[in-house]
Amino acid sequence: MSKASHGIGGLTYDPAKKAKPPELNVFLALVLITAAFELIGRLFMGDSFLFNTRENVDAIFNWPRLNIIILQVSIVGIIALGVTQVIISGGIDLSSGSIVGATAMITMSFAQTALVNGNPNPKAIFGEWAMDLPVLVPVVVGMCCGLLAGLVNGALIAYTRIPPFIATLGMMVFARGASRWWSNGNPVSFPTESYASIGKGMMPVVIFVSLAILFHLILSQTKYGKHCYAIGSNEQASRMSGIKVNNHKVLVYTIAGILAALAAIVLSSKNLTAQAGMGMMYELDAIAMAVIGGVSLQGGRGSILGTVLGALIFGVIISGFTFLKLDAYYQEMVKGAIIVGAVVLDQWRQQGRAKG
Amino acid sequence: MSDIILETRGLTKHYGGVHALSDANFTLRRGEHVAIMGDNGAGKSTFVRQITGVEQPTRGQIIFDGVEQAFDGPIKAREAGIETVFQNLALADDLDVPSNLFLGREKFRFKLGPFSILDKKAMLEATKAALEKTAVKIPSLSNTIRNMSGGQRQCVAIARTAAFKSKLVIMDEPTAALGVQETAQVENIIRTLKEAGEPLILISHNMRQVFDLVDRIVVFRRGRIVANLRKEDTDGQDVVAYITGAKTGSEYEAA
Repeated sequence: MSKASHGIGGLTYDPAKKAKPPELNVFLALVLITAAFELIGRLFMGDSFLFNTRENVDAIFNWPRLNIIILQVSIVGIIALGVTQVIISGGIDLSSGSIVGATAMITMSFAQTALVNGNPNPKAIFGEWAMDLPVLVPVVVGMCCGLLAGLVNGALIAYTRIPPFIATLGMMVFARGASRWWSNGNPVSFPTESYASIGKGMMPVVIFVSLAILFHLILSQTKYGKHCYAIGSNEQASRMSGIKVNNHKVLVYTIAGILAALAAIVLSSKNLTAQAGMGMMYELDAIAMAVIGGVSLQGGRGSILGTVLGALIFGVIISGFTFLKLDAYYQEMVKGAIIVGAVVLDQWRQQGRAKG
Repeated sequence: MSDIILETRGLTKHYGGVHALSDANFTLRRGEHVAIMGDNGAGKSTFVRQITGVEQPTRGQIIFDGVEQAFDGPIKAREAGIETVFQNLALADDLDVPSNLFLGREKFRFKLGPFSILDKKAMLEATKAALEKTAVKIPSLSNTIRNMSGGQRQCVAIARTAAFKSKLVIMDEPTAALGVQETAQVENIIRTLKEAGEPLILISHNMRQVFDLVDRIVVFRRGRIVANLRKEDTDGQDVVAYITGAKTGSEYEAA
């Protein structure tokens, strides 16, 4: 320890003691995993994971694969952004996957087109009035669904003091039930062209990246973000410091709900259909992305950048296993191991800090 | 304006049948440093909880800065100008020093409801200024306070009071968990507060510290104020006698 200094002006601090950003480790893990696939590919498959090996294409990288890596995690990634701020503020959200299901069903019902190949829409939910509505209508309806579900989550957690795990578990079961009830389990299909364009091609990536930048700024630069970290770090102290903790929690879960709804809109638009089972297990994938990205389940620590890196690790693993032509079962098993590993690492990091 | 910053009249707090605090008449002048002493359960912390708005008194008046106050929460007391350093530090471990200092009252570059943009630069500058008053070495202001020592954390907590224009500082056993050097640091801060003319209520069990730092000692026993002693007129033995009840409050009159 430094010696006590007396008098005015004793403030000294050593810039060299500035801590490394924790995202650095996640980034290194991403590089390492990618390199491992590259190496195994070169050694055993005679093919490259990252780089272009086809003679007829003039490119350094294997762009189709890189696009798929990010495209396949974009939709869950949108949910993971919401989950990240929930976990940072000391909570958990298990309901996002089910909110995706329910929102997709309801949204799609307002996005249907009247005529399919000249015949009436065979999957029509409502009458004529709900056909060929402007694209804004289903989008707004969808976001309201997410907002409502998130609001209920937040209000339950903030005012009845139910643990977030239980409140969002209830919403998870409820919303899944609602999505089955909506059309008696039948899929809702045939959207208008403008609705179908929302999730077309690489649009999910564009939406995911824009939202990630927005939420990165919100969490790092605004009062809202600062209070997320404060509440997750020490709720009692936050309360004593005058932060309106209850209001903040309601807002956090509401935003998470809206993001889940956005994911539902993109997903149903991309698939051109909505089914009651949509978004199943997405909540766990989203939590896993955040945790792999260094978001601590104890709250107070993590970042959007980390979650985006976590999502990329996810994408690389899925693509890597496909590249190595391994069964999907292995994917699941490895994913499970990585999630547990990430939490163990987080625990170690914390113990290391506690010892000083 | 009156010379008195804080006055309580007949302040009483009952928890069910337990009379934790009875009829406390207490005054504090501007610039004065007063120690509150007493055994565990004597009513010291109860007294502080009433004047900081953490709890609401059963009976009695609190007059702060010439105005009768009924704080319905610690935030109201803080807004009025009473800064408290609690025994369990009200700090968020995962935030850096400026964020902790300005927790709940951030500075903004741009107001937009909950999404107001923080003015990090202004908060960093104000933090440096506040910490300069405390003369404490901090590894890096942009690090989280998780891995700081107890003394550094205590100083951050105390610097919170220095960063804002408080009218009264209350410290509840600020050195109870600290080592020798760290205790010296905190005591130094208290001396600078004295030089700056900021009034202070210090709750402490440490006799040496109390005689070192304050002008006046108020002793609580069984929920009552039993002694109000100027430092010059008393000594350690005398104070202990009041604390243990060997000497009763015959000499006590409301100050």
